[in-house]
This record gives sequence, structure tokens and C-alpha cells, in this order.
Amino acid sequence: MTALIYPADAKVRLELTVNGERRVGEAEPRMLLVHFIREVLGLTGTHVGCDTSNCGACTVVLNGRAVKSCTVFAVQANGGSLLTVEGLARKGRLHPIQEGFWEKHGLQCGYCTPGMMMAAYDLLQKSPNPTEEEIRRGISGNLCRCTGYVKIVEAIEYAAQKLRSDPSWRSGGD
Amino acid sequence: MFVIPDRFSYTVAHSVEEAVELLHTLEDSKVLAGGQSLIPFMKLGYASPKSLVDINRIPNLDYLDDSGESLKIGALTRISRLCDSELVAKDYPLIHDAALQIADPLVRNLGTFGGNVCHADMGDDLPAVCLAMNAEMVASGPSGQRVLAAKDFFVDRFTTLLASDELLTEVRIPKNRRGCGGAYLKLERRVGDYAIVGVAAQLEVDGDGVCRSVGIGLTSASTKPIKASEAESWLVGKSLSDEVLDKASTLAMNTSNPLSDIRGPAEYKKAMVKVLTHRALKLAYKRARGGL
Amino acid sequence: MTEVPVIHGMGSAVKRKEDVRFIQGRDTYVDDISLPGMVYLDFVRSPYAHARIRSISTERAKGAPGVVAVITGKDLQPLGLDWIPTLSGDKMMVLPTEKVVFQMQEVVGVVAESRYAAADAVKLVEVDYEPLPVVTDPKKALEEGSPIVREDKRTNHVFHWEAGDREATDRLFEQADVVVGQDMYYQRIHVSYMEPCGCVAYYDSVKGTPTIWMTTQAPHVVRTVASLITKIPENKIRIISPDIGGGFGGKVYVYPGSIVAAVASIVTGRPVKWVNDRSDDHPSTAFARDFHMRAELAAKRDGTLLAFRVKAVSDHGAFFGDANPSKFPFGLFSICTGSYDLKAAFVEVDGAYTNKPQGGIAYRCSFRVTEAVYAIERLVDIMAHRLGIDPAELRLKNFIPPEKFPYRSVMGWVYDSGNYAGALRKAMEKIGYEELRREQEEKRKRGELMGIGISSFTEIVGAGPSHTFDILGIKMFGSAEIRIHPTGKVIARFGTRSQGQGHETTYAQIIAEELGIPIEDITVEEGDTDTAPYGLGTYASRSTPTAGAAAAVASRKIREKAKKIAAHLLEAREEDVVWERGRFYVKGAPAKYKTIQEVAFAAYTNHPPGMEAGLEAVHYYDPPNMTFPFGSYICVVDIDRGTGEAKVRRFVAVDDCGNIINPLIVDGQIHGGLTMGFGTAFMEEIGYDQDGNIYGANFMDYTIPTAVETPKWETDKTVTPSPHHPLGAKGVGESATVGSPAAFVNAVVDALWPLGVTHIDMPLYPWKIRRLLEEKGYALDK
Repeated sequence: MTALIYPADAKVRLELTVNGERRVGEAEPRMLLVHFIREVLGLTGTHVGCDTSNCGACTVVLNGRAVKSCTVFAVQANGGSLLTVEGLARKGRLHPIQEGFWEKHGLQCGYCTPGMMMAAYDLLQKSPNPTEEEIRRGISGNLCRCTGYVKIVEAIEYAAQKLRSDPSWRSGGD
Repeated sequence: MFVIPDRFSYTVAHSVEEAVELLHTLEDSKVLAGGQSLIPFMKLGYASPKSLVDINRIPNLDYLDDSGESLKIGALTRISRLCDSELVAKDYPLIHDAALQIADPLVRNLGTFGGNVCHADMGDDLPAVCLAMNAEMVASGPSGQRVLAAKDFFVDRFTTLLASDELLTEVRIPKNRRGCGGAYLKLERRVGDYAIVGVAAQLEVDGDGVCRSVGIGLTSASTKPIKASEAESWLVGKSLSDEVLDKASTLAMNTSNPLSDIRGPAEYKKAMVKVLTHRALKLAYKRARGGL
Repeated sequence: MTEVPVIHGMGSAVKRKEDVRFIQGRDTYVDDISLPGMVYLDFVRSPYAHARIRSISTERAKGAPGVVAVITGKDLQPLGLDWIPTLSGDKMMVLPTEKVVFQMQEVVGVVAESRYAAADAVKLVEVDYEPLPVVTDPKKALEEGSPIVREDKRTNHVFHWEAGDREATDRLFEQADVVVGQDMYYQRIHVSYMEPCGCVAYYDSVKGTPTIWMTTQAPHVVRTVASLITKIPENKIRIISPDIGGGFGGKVYVYPGSIVAAVASIVTGRPVKWVNDRSDDHPSTAFARDFHMRAELAAKRDGTLLAFRVKAVSDHGAFFGDANPSKFPFGLFSICTGSYDLKAAFVEVDGAYTNKPQGGIAYRCSFRVTEAVYAIERLVDIMAHRLGIDPAELRLKNFIPPEKFPYRSVMGWVYDSGNYAGALRKAMEKIGYEELRREQEEKRKRGELMGIGISSFTEIVGAGPSHTFDILGIKMFGSAEIRIHPTGKVIARFGTRSQGQGHETTYAQIIAEELGIPIEDITVEEGDTDTAPYGLGTYASRSTPTAGAAAAVASRKIREKAKKIAAHLLEAREEDVVWERGRFYVKGAPAKYKTIQEVAFAAYTNHPPGMEAGLEAVHYYDPPNMTFPFGSYICVVDIDRGTGEAKVRRFVAVDDCGNIINPLIVDGQIHGGLTMGFGTAFMEEIGYDQDGNIYGANFMDYTIPTAVETPKWETDKTVTPSPHHPLGAKGVGESATVGSPAAFVNAVVDALWPLGVTHIDMPLYPWKIRRLLEEKGYALDK
């Protein structure tokens, strides 16, 4: 039996790749990943909008798949790879998803936007040429109270088209 | 005040044996699989386990294997994998339907088949699927492995036959055969919500369209996931005419005993068991006959 | 002539300036602010809706790890902060000393080194309650013998308010050929901004300056009220409204969290952060609607509408906190004659206290306009069905005709401009109205249920003219301060606060239009009371009508001065200098010109002798009238006779908000408003049981629409400029929330009318529709 039991008040040292960089930080076992990202790593682009895993404002890409970072403990992400909104752009170039949201007015108050974009990131990895219905289903875990979603859908369609025509974005963003 | 869970000790298990031993040893422990039901429960204060055993790093618990007598689904198989699997979409439409209607794509990326089944809420979708498909649940405990029938597995709301130191490792689904078809219909307030009512139907028909076997599982139709056994027995051996389906859906409705809550009054939910059973059977039949 | 730069003025669908930070996670919402030494505030909340507090024991919490302070109502009492005034002249409990008056009310504040430590310590506070009888139904609250919510008031009756001519209205009802009436309940809903309320408060004890970053739509009002209550000089108080994650009216209010955080900062000497969790926020912040009404409409047999009357009871929860203009305790409900040329109208409303949090906020609506539009648009539809006249035809027959504008309504409002038939006809054409009616006819024969619903709303926004509109005595002007730097770049500051409406872009576009300076060169700032000109904030679609107008007028003041400088530079007489967007030239010699940038430089380097240096202007705009945006919406639904689900097949919205500044932003506002209206109509409701237990307290229980159920909106426009607004604009932020609910309900009722259904209260849950189908023998079991 070799399992290491971290006591409830332990400060667990976590090491993970965040937006392509090696980062370390401490978290007690119960700390939610979203609090680790915002308060330990200082990346406040990821937001908290609810406490029931409904709103998706906290969506990040963990080990290649979009997840709600309020519904993962930080310790679970140890050793993993994390992509947040701050890591979407590359070398000063906006990611096509960011570009799409800007061009198509896919945001108003901006609070849901990072989560929405990370959900779109996952969707477009799996489904590079989604139908409108697929897009709507793909962002169904992300609530937006401002836009009525029409322009978010257009933003993601824009990004999909751009990603298909520009292979330099193909190999992951992290 | 709500977003913060109570403290717990945390352990990563690296094998099923280790997980079982930890569950056996640790006080008031819970399995952390996808966490998509457990963590919200902990945040809202509905659950405060003293220790969590994280099974996500146990190798080889995430699989879909139809090479043998049955479709074997590893307990850690993410719901999203079921959604994306061509095998599931083609041969197990009931599972595919249900998987696509569980919560949302982000929750499905982490949520697991085993977790959804073991949470055993009346509103979870996969228990009804397991009931309809007469699945077998494979569990490991301190005294070894045992195989439980789905119909016995769901004891009560949030309660299964599993002991606190047992781990569900696999769910076995009877292998798809010619003449089989299934469907899951779910009525929701909005997409991804717990079902107002959900109906899982799995059929096998012969060349003449006569029902050889059938399974019907109901979501949110009682305080726990239930099987519409009377409707099932009544259907076997019959041609699935509209009248037969009417009778079967009435029997299913009579089996149900839903609660009135914010998702609707009990009498509405009962009526919906009938409507959805009829529609699910019809769709399952169409699929069994090689339709959509 | 040189090339004219692209400036993105009025009408340009330019992408938003503010988005650069939002799409890269470089925004700053309240919870993103972190100050050295910051501590966290969390609350013990009441499990009871109404209970006397026997005792509070804070000892265990005080001794818990990381706890730095525990604050109760008794601690606030000596400071005079246990109650604070509301915007409606009532007062609101901050923390209770005697009793709690709604479930989830803040009872004790706990401050600790981390949010985790604070949450842990909250569980250690022991409160001994003695439950009291509860009242949650406002009608029961007004009955004799009801439990009294507010002992200081001795009654649950908040106000009685009337508008219109009772006698003239009653007379017309007696003479009318046809009268229709309907009891309706506009349910309690929550705005559900994505960012919950919060603040960071820091009291610098050396300077004696409290600074509070808070989720507020109206920072200046907060500062003034804070100064009046605490006697801290107003120049020492700084309220900063950082990026706001949606407000919709819910962030006009000051909640106990901000007060307790400010006090906690004084007590601890450290910055204090308070941010609600969603399950804290929904049950304790202000609600909208919760309005019981009986509405009646009188008409001649030929369909001429005569008079309208409403008798209503509104639920205000435990405190009357509506952010209404002071002369309008029930807001602008008297716009309820809507788009119709009526002869008389009368409304009366009684407000009631109940064991709920304060309600009655203007949820994306100009002070109760939503309830008013719902009432008249439902009743017009009922009348059309009763008379057997097509609902579109009845509307067209009774609209205020274009030639009657400016139109004085029987309620005394002077509508600025309108072309109601134009908007409705356009919507009908776009959706193929006649064809849909034919399809409906055929479907009815086959037993299929399909409905078509219309709502032709008129809003009243842009509060407002100083002779009529004030909040706590402060006039409801709009303000702008514009400074041109020597290099021709601009900073402009406003007394409003965007919560997603895109002010940084639209205001820049207005200035660009007026001064010919590209929007890239214009920085717009709002929300910091130390720098922004005084203003009443953003709500009730007032930013474009008031502050947008101020931006135009201030720009024109600058242009006046610039012209003098240009004349000096061009060595021409001022009257010979001609303005063309971005430049001044000498009449008859267009090649001889000075750009606005050259003029700006000269304002600091080479201004005419005797003239003040610099190029800037401030304007406080007092609108001469309200603006009256309008539109026509048409909705098509199909009803599943088995499940009772009503599916919106199509929805066409034709809006008229006058001249448009940015079509992209206007579209976005309409899409968002329609989606909120859709949520209201089909799925949103905050309910209470008899014991005052809330249901709908978080996003698991309170469902707001996702992308999947939200219909694909089809929008279009007509343009009828406001004659009195400097830009001819009217404001659009709320039209769709206001106008759409009636269209959805009208469509569903239209489908069910042949079965004998005249009304269904929102939300139109499938179970309600199914129940009606069963009653009428129309339900299917498959």
C-alpha cells in the first residue's frame, strides 16, 4: 500500500503546465481548480458565475478537454496541462475564436466570454465544421445572459472557417 | 458560503485493489470519479465526506469493449466518449441517446458512466438505461468481485447495493443483435437539466415484428430509478400495434410514482411517463426494424 | 482634398473597442481585484422567512482559524448603519437586530483571511430563532389580521397610487359594446446577471478615505447617499464601478454586503472583499415584477378601442426599494395605453410588504413599462379574439396614426414620434403573416395546434426631464466631459456605467461623428466617481437618450471653440469657416483647411489672443422629453398535444429606436432582450411556499435559456427619429424584454383559443398547457 494520503489541511504542492508554462502552487485538497487558477496562479480571466455547475463561466481546457473548473479539485489537475483564456492568443496573435467573438459581437458584458470561448475551443477541436445545431449544443453548458446566443453562434462559425483555412492553428493552442 | 466544500483528506488510488483498500480503511470515504455530481453536492453542503479516494488515475478503467459476449463499459468511461463513439451510436442507440442528453458537453467530458450509475439519483439518466438493458454491474470489494443485476442495484435514491468499500468497475450490456433497438426520450425544462421524466426503452423483435424481449427504465418517475416490469411482461410475445403500445404505456404509467417538485406536478409526470413510453417504444421499434 | 479617414461615426457597425480586454481575459470585474492584506467577508443567512432573533453567539466563529472580525446588527446600530435608506424613501435592514424578514437574509458577517476560512466560520455562528407567522402573498398581506412584516410601519400597505381619469374611464366602460377583462400574474423573476454582486472596500484610516469597488450601475448616487448617511465628506468617498458582468437593473441597489464590507474595513484596517455566490445572490438580491393585476379593455363592436383600466397589487418584499423616479412610486406604468389611441384610462396599484427580499426592480425595463406593455398587449389580443377580428387588424385599426405625433396620451405623456403600422406591416411581411394564418386554419382542421402572437409595444425611456424626474431629489440629467489632447486624441468621461451595452464604443462613435475624430483616438471612461462627471448611472434605457445626447452637445461646444481657433489659423473670419466632418475650411476654398487635430494642437500652442487655452467641454443634458421606442414582434408556436410543450418556430422582431449609432450593438441588445423575454415567458420563476421557503434560488432550480432552446431571432428595423434628441436616437436596451413576453403568451393562447382558453400565466410551463389540454379533452397520450 503506497497511496499517499493528504490530510484535509495539507498544503499540497501542485505542478502543472499552464498555457504552455510550468507553474507550481499550493492548494489544500478541497480547493477548487477555479480558485487555484484565479487566486494562486493569478489568472483572473476565468470567472465564477454559479455554484451548481450550470453556468460554465469557469470553463478551461484541462488535458485537452473543456471542463468546468469549479467542478474539479485543484489537486486533481496535478501534473496536468491547462489552457485558459489567457493562453489562447499566440505570440500576440489573437486566436481565431477570439477574433470571431470580436468581429461578430459575440459578447456584451464579457463575463461568460472566456468560458464560452474555451467551450468553443473544445467543440472545434472535435468538430471542425459544425452545423449551427452542433454549435448550439456544444455551448449548452455555458450560460450567457446578454447576447441571446445568435452572435455567439456566428462567432464560432467564423472561427471554424478561419481555423479550417489556417492550418497554423491546428496543432493545439497550448 | 455555497461554493466552498468542507475539508476532506485526499488520496489518489492507482489500482482497483488500492482503491478498495482505501475505501475500507478510511473513515467516511467517498469515491471521486468524474465528480460532476459529488462536487456540486459538496459545495452545496449536501455531502461532506471526510476523505475522498480519487480513482481517475487508475489505468484501464476507461474502455468500451464489445469483443466478447457483452458490451463492457469501464466504470471510468467518460460520458463524452459514449457520445463520440461510433460503436455506441450504431449499435446501442439507447445509450447514445441518453449520453447526449446528460447535462452538457463540459460535464460529459468528466462525468463517468460508473459515476452516473452509482450516484443513483432518480433524475440521473444512465440508471434507467441500465434497467432497460438489463445490465450487469461488476463491483470489486475487499472480499473480491461480484456481479449484480441492474434490477437489484438501485436500492433507493442515492443508494445502491454497493457497500461503502466496494467500487463499481464495469457495466456489462447485452450485446446488440439483429432485431434489437432502443431509444431514450427525456423531457427537460431546459437542455441538460435533470429529467422531468425520462424513458429508456430497449426492444428485440423477430422478423415478424413480434416482441421477443423488452426493457423499460424510468427516470424521475419515482424516488429512485425504476423498471416498468409490468409493461415489459405484457409486451413480450406481442406485435407492437398502437393499441399494444397504449396498454404498455398505461402499465408503465401505473408503475410510476413521481414526486411533485419544481419540475412539475406528480400527475403531469405520470402522464408524461405514458406519453414518453409510447414514443420511446415506437422509436425503439423503428430502430429495431432497421429504421433510423 | 486629402483622403478622409474612416472614423466610424453614427451608423457604423464597427466592432467594439472594449472587447480587446474581454476576449483576452484582461478584464477587471470586482472579484478580480486583489489588494495587499485583503480579507474576505461571508454571511450567516437566515433559514427562516420571518423569525425573531432570540440570541446570536459569535464566540466559536471568532475563535476559528483565520477569522479577523464578526459583525452583527448590534455592531452596526451605534453607527446608524443597521438600517439604511432605500431609493424610494423607505429604509432597508442591513443586518437584523430584532428579527429577520425573509429567507436567506444576511444575519451576521464573518471576515477571515481567506474565502475558505470565512465560509468555515460562518457555520460556527449560532443563531437562536423564534419562527413567526409568514406572509408571502401580497394580496393576503393586505388583508386584516395578516402577519405584519414591518413593525416600524404597523401595516403591510406600502402605497396606493393612481393615474388617469377614473370617472371618464368608467363612463366609457358603461357605454362600451364589448368589455374584456383578465386576471393576470406577472411572476417574480430574477435578472440573473452572470456576475453575482460584490465589492472590495478599503478604508484608508490615515487619509480618512473609503474606496469601494462595487458592482453598481449608479456609482455617483451611491457616493452621495453614503456621504449623507455616514457624514463622511463626499470628496473623501470614492466609488469605483469596474467592469460589470451584467446588471439589468439588479445592480442599481446597494446590498448589505457592501455596507458590512465597508464597516469591516474600518474595523480591521484592511481591504475587505465580499462576493455573493449564486445561491446567496438569487434569494437575497432584488427581484422584478411579482405583480397581480386585473386588466380590462372596452371597445365598440366595430373594434374601436375606447378605454383601459387596471387594478393591481404589487409585491415589494420586506423593503420598498424600487429605484423609481421619486414622483412615480409605481414607475411609468401609466404608459399602459401603449400604441393605441384610447379615449380614457385609469390604473390603481397598491403595494404590499411580504416576507421576501425587496422586489420591484426595473428588470431591463424603464420602471414597470414591462408590466404595462404586457397588460395592454394581452388585453388587445383577447379583445381581438372576442370580437373575431384578426389581432393584427385590430391593432392596425387602433394605432396612434403617424400624423398625430407628437401625441399626448390620455395619461399625459407626449409621445415624441412613431409609425406603429409601419413596424407591424414590416413584421407581417417578413414572417408571411397571411400564409401563416392559412396554415393555422388547415392545421386546426387536422387537430394540430399552432399559434401566432403579436406584440406591438411602445416604451417610454430616457428618464428624464428635470421638471418631472429625480431620484432622491437628484435630477435625472445625463453628463459628459470631453477633453481633446494637443495631438488630437480624446478622453471622454460619463456619469453612466456600461454593464455590457458597449458604451466605450457608442459614445466614441457619437464623438467621432460630431468631431470627425476616429474612434481609435477616443478613450471613454465611466464608473469612477473621482474622475467621471456626476451622473445617475445606467438603467431604464437612459444612456443614449441622456448621456449620449450630452456627448453630442459637449462635442458641439468643442466644435464651436475649434471653429474660432480654425478661423485664427486660416486667417479667415469665423463666419467664413465651414465645418466638414474632421476639418474646417474657408468657404469657397475647400483646399484651404485645418483638420480637427491641427486645431487641437493649436488650442494648446497657438490659440487666438484673449482666448482660454485648451479644448474641452462638459455638458449636463436635461432632456426636454422622454423618448418612445416601439416595435412589433410576431411569434409562431407549435404545441405538442402530448407533452404540452410549446415550441417557438419563428420569431420576427421589428424594432424602431430612432437613429442607430451602432447596428451591431443594437442587434445584440435586441437578441439579448428577446432571450430574456423568452425565459420569462417559458421558464423563469422565483416562487415561495407558504412558509416563505424560496424555490429558484440558483441556476439548478432557476432555469435561464441556453443556446439550445433559445429561438433563432429574426430582427429588422424601421427608423423614426426622435425629434428632440440631438442625434434622433431613442434608446434600445430594453425594448425586447419589454415587448416580447406578450408575443409569446399571445401565440400560445392563440393556439388554444378555439378550445376556450383565454389566458395562461407565465411561465408557460408544459404542465400548465397539458393541464388545459386535458381539461378541454384535447390532450394526447402518445
